[in-house]
Amino acid sequence: MRSDVSRWMLLAVFLLALPFGASADWGALNMPVGVTEISKEVYTLHMRIFYICCIIGALVFAVMIYSMFAHRKSKGAVAADFHESTAVEIVWTIVPLIILIAMSIPAAKVLVKMEDFSDSDMTIGVTGYQWRWHYSYLDEGIEFYSQLDREHNAARQQGAEVDLEQFGEIYLREVDNPLVVPVGKKIRFLHTAADVIHSWWVPDLSVKKDAIPGFINENWAKIEEPGTYRGKCAELCGRDHGFMPIVVIALEQADYDEWVLDQQNKVAAATIDADRAWEHQELVATGEAVYQSNCMSCHQKEGQGIPGMFPAIGGSHIATGDIDTHIETVLNGVTETAMTGFSGKLSDSELAAVITYQRNAFGNETGDTLQPAALKTFRQGQQQTLLTQPQLVTDTGVN
Amino acid sequence: MSYSDNTHGDTHHGDHDDHGPAPGLMRWVTTTNHKDIGTLYLWFSLLMFFIGGAMALIIRAELGAPGIQFVDPMFFNSMTTMHAIVMIFGVVMPAFVGLANWMIPMMIGAPDMALPRLNNWSFWIMPFAFTIMLSTLFMDSGGPAGGWTLYPPLVLQMGDSFAYVIFAIHFMGISSVMGSINIVATIFNMRPPGMTLMHMPMFVWTWLITAFLLVATIPVFAGAVTMLLTDRFFDTSFFSAAGGGDPVMFQHIFWFFGHPEVYILILPAFGIVSSIIPTFARKPLFGYDSMVYATASIAFLSFIVWAHHMFTTGMPLAAELFFMFSTMMISVPTGVKVFNWVSTMWRGSMSFETPMLFAIGFVIMFTIGGLSGLMLAITPADIQYHDTYFVVAHFHYVLVPGAIYSLMAATYYWIPKWTGNMYDETLGKWHFWISTIFVNVLFFPMHFVGLAGMPRRIPDYSLQFADWNFVATIGAFGFGFSQLLFVYIIVKCVKGGEKATGEVWEGARGLEWTVDSPAPYHTFETAPVINESTLTR
Ligand code: HEC
Ligand code: HEM
Ligand SMILES: [Cu+2]
Ligand SMILES: [Cu+2]
Repeated sequence: MRSDVSRWMLLAVFLLALPFGASADWGALNMPVGVTEISKEVYTLHMRIFYICCIIGALVFAVMIYSMFAHRKSKGAVAADFHESTAVEIVWTIVPLIILIAMSIPAAKVLVKMEDFSDSDMTIGVTGYQWRWHYSYLDEGIEFYSQLDREHNAARQQGAEVDLEQFGEIYLREVDNPLVVPVGKKIRFLHTAADVIHSWWVPDLSVKKDAIPGFINENWAKIEEPGTYRGKCAELCGRDHGFMPIVVIALEQADYDEWVLDQQNKVAAATIDADRAWEHQELVATGEAVYQSNCMSCHQKEGQGIPGMFPAIGGSHIATGDIDTHIETVLNGVTETAMTGFSGKLSDSELAAVITYQRNAFGNETGDTLQPAALKTFRQGQQQTLLTQPQLVTDTGVN
Repeated sequence: MSYSDNTHGDTHHGDHDDHGPAPGLMRWVTTTNHKDIGTLYLWFSLLMFFIGGAMALIIRAELGAPGIQFVDPMFFNSMTTMHAIVMIFGVVMPAFVGLANWMIPMMIGAPDMALPRLNNWSFWIMPFAFTIMLSTLFMDSGGPAGGWTLYPPLVLQMGDSFAYVIFAIHFMGISSVMGSINIVATIFNMRPPGMTLMHMPMFVWTWLITAFLLVATIPVFAGAVTMLLTDRFFDTSFFSAAGGGDPVMFQHIFWFFGHPEVYILILPAFGIVSSIIPTFARKPLFGYDSMVYATASIAFLSFIVWAHHMFTTGMPLAAELFFMFSTMMISVPTGVKVFNWVSTMWRGSMSFETPMLFAIGFVIMFTIGGLSGLMLAITPADIQYHDTYFVVAHFHYVLVPGAIYSLMAATYYWIPKWTGNMYDETLGKWHFWISTIFVNVLFFPMHFVGLAGMPRRIPDYSLQFADWNFVATIGAFGFGFSQLLFVYIIVKCVKGGEKATGEVWEGARGLEWTVDSPAPYHTFETAPVINESTLTR
């Protein structure tokens, strides 16, 4: 009876394995080697401990399997009587201990190197928000938010009839504003978070560090090759934890310098944009786009919200009532709820647009138009109350 | 090595106390009999196994293909959270307590547990605690969705149902602590003359140590969740930087409980396997003393490795080095256990009935999980592994073909003693083989996607992970549905079947095999005689 079952099972294993073995691309199966000195050393450690584990496993399983065939009662094996040996026990305590010590020395060396934050060439503040990253280049005065690309965001909604194949390997790993850095520079990252704990992880750089609200963590990378490196938030941070990717683009120094100039010009242009007068329709159209990439994950596509968690915008007293309350809600958020303030995350034009949109969509018919310039004035009057998020102003405050 | 019937240690005949169970449903409500309570615990955890399993299948269904197909990401998060809470606190822990209740008194020759009324209470708290816990899923603000690790500030974003979650956790904790106190009291006070500590069966030893771990760590956990409760509802700021607190402090407290907890989930399994392998190898356990010492050192070390779950939180270098070394150390005694099991098999006279198959499956697949644990201990590499599917693969290898397999092995091993009937051996073997194939199809690919960069606790992923996730989902459904076979086998065995002898297994040693099958309602009301033939070593 026994061998009957086993024989069937072996056949089943074989048949199950067939279609899988035959199919082609299984993607990467191993840790990436990465593009920094540290990531390469980490990879080496990983492979070394992996091989050690394979050898130990192979030895143990070989003995077991041999024994299972050779020492079975059905073959007439008679049980031996030994059941103790201090010498053997000592050997299999000491030998693994030696292997472990041999392994821990190189591991400790790499760890010490990873924790050496001195002599960095530049510093970037990385703040985690639900569910986007904020980058600020402390020396260049550039700052921006970076979140899941809008097309990917639409594709990942429940019931979205979108062919994911078009995105391929970068599905959910594309952002609107990637982090751009130079190669060959020791970049120091300062991590913190505004709401809950996040974790900034880019496998190719072998960096993963928690972003903890109210605390600042250090980290560093020195990228050796230009390229695009993708990562993800690694610490569960709420509903859209799976949807806050990281994209790092490493450029040669000259290209990087050009990018910096470009960014600085854009900041100047946005100021001009906010000061001009906008058409109502233009605001609504811009607002819809802003809504879809910033608000929809909670308030939902049709503005209906999720009962018990996120209020509906359609018919909301705030979105149809006094506009000042509406502006305040969007700028500052509502403390101790998932509704964080959007002041600073969105530009003045975007803020004015999304508020105008909310007041004229989902059945709300206020007919209001909020000009970016008016919002800017409102916001500047409120500046004081906005300093509720942790700020990475200078690096002097860090250990 | 077979005993004649007159070695039966059970002499309850004619005793004034010789009544069977009370009739009707009230038997189960008011019972203080260790066997009844053990049975209750075991049925309870079997039920919870299917509830937790259904949640796992919801998770795997969503992850079967990229894109969001079935559930909202928020609900997905409550499924992962609830699945873990149910499996840990509702399946593995109560099942081990159930086995302890049934077997410890019979293994040491005691008439019952030391504190029988407390015992009734420890069990009956559990259904209430879990009803409350599961009911949060139907409340307006939903079930807990911040992960079973309950990290603030995220967990504090939960709505008012959070209070119910904390309340339920407190009650599960009370139940565990009372159960543990009872086990310690029983082992220390109820052993008959001759049953010295160093003669106790390994299962009793591992439970003794587990019980101490529980008594030491559950109150720490209770303190941590109470601080969460006051942070959430009473404006304290233990874990909020804005009020001078520290969210990472929670992680330290949690894992000071959490790491010993993972050993709570495995030490009794070590005990079970150490009972089964000698029986079917027909050879005494190799290195009994070193097994006891290894278990004790694992328990001690488990208190000084907690921060290996926190290597990315930005600890000082010295702390990272310390926790790396201590974590590597813990695999030494774990290795000793594995080597001892293999040596017990070596030159035995093995037969492969279902309990033995599950026990061998345990040793092999637990070792795989232990080896990936060793990889995780290498801190620089863990920074890459942490919070990826590689970790998910690691702990599922130690928990599913580890802890859960030990429970299945225990069920097949002792069910003839519980019911008086043999289970269906052919079906048992099918159960083992089908489960083993699917459990590997389910969990092995997770190593790959984890290394290749797939984070854990996400409802959707990039396309390069699609193939292996699909494979894992097939494995999940296969494994899940093959457990219906397990239930069928159990029910069939309870209802009838070939009658079991008192000894049940040819190579079985120990007091529990000296009583009839099914074990009479009261056993060892007078202390049994302890000698060579009734001891396991
Ligand atoms: C993380 C989820 C989340 C996101 C993203 C979000 N909100 Fe909210 N929002 C909330 C929650 C929760 C509330 C309810 C706060 C409370 O309890 O008063 C809310 C309330 C509001 C309200 C008041 C509605 C009412 O009737 O109480 C407005 C207006 C609003 N949000 C606008 C926005 C805008 C505009 C955006 C995008 C720029 C946005 N929200 C993005 C979660 C979110
Ligand atoms: C050989 C001994 C073991 C070692 C060296 C080891 C090591 C580790 C390490 C370093 C982690 C943290 C990984 C990370 O999050 O980055 C971990 C996670 C985990 N281990 Fe182990 N482990 C061992 C055995 C066990 C056993 C016996 C169990 C339980 C039966 C277990 C259950 C878990 C669980 C549940 C987690 C994940 C917790 C979570 O984050 O949710 N491990 N292990
Ligand atoms: Cu995040
Ligand atoms: Cu641990």
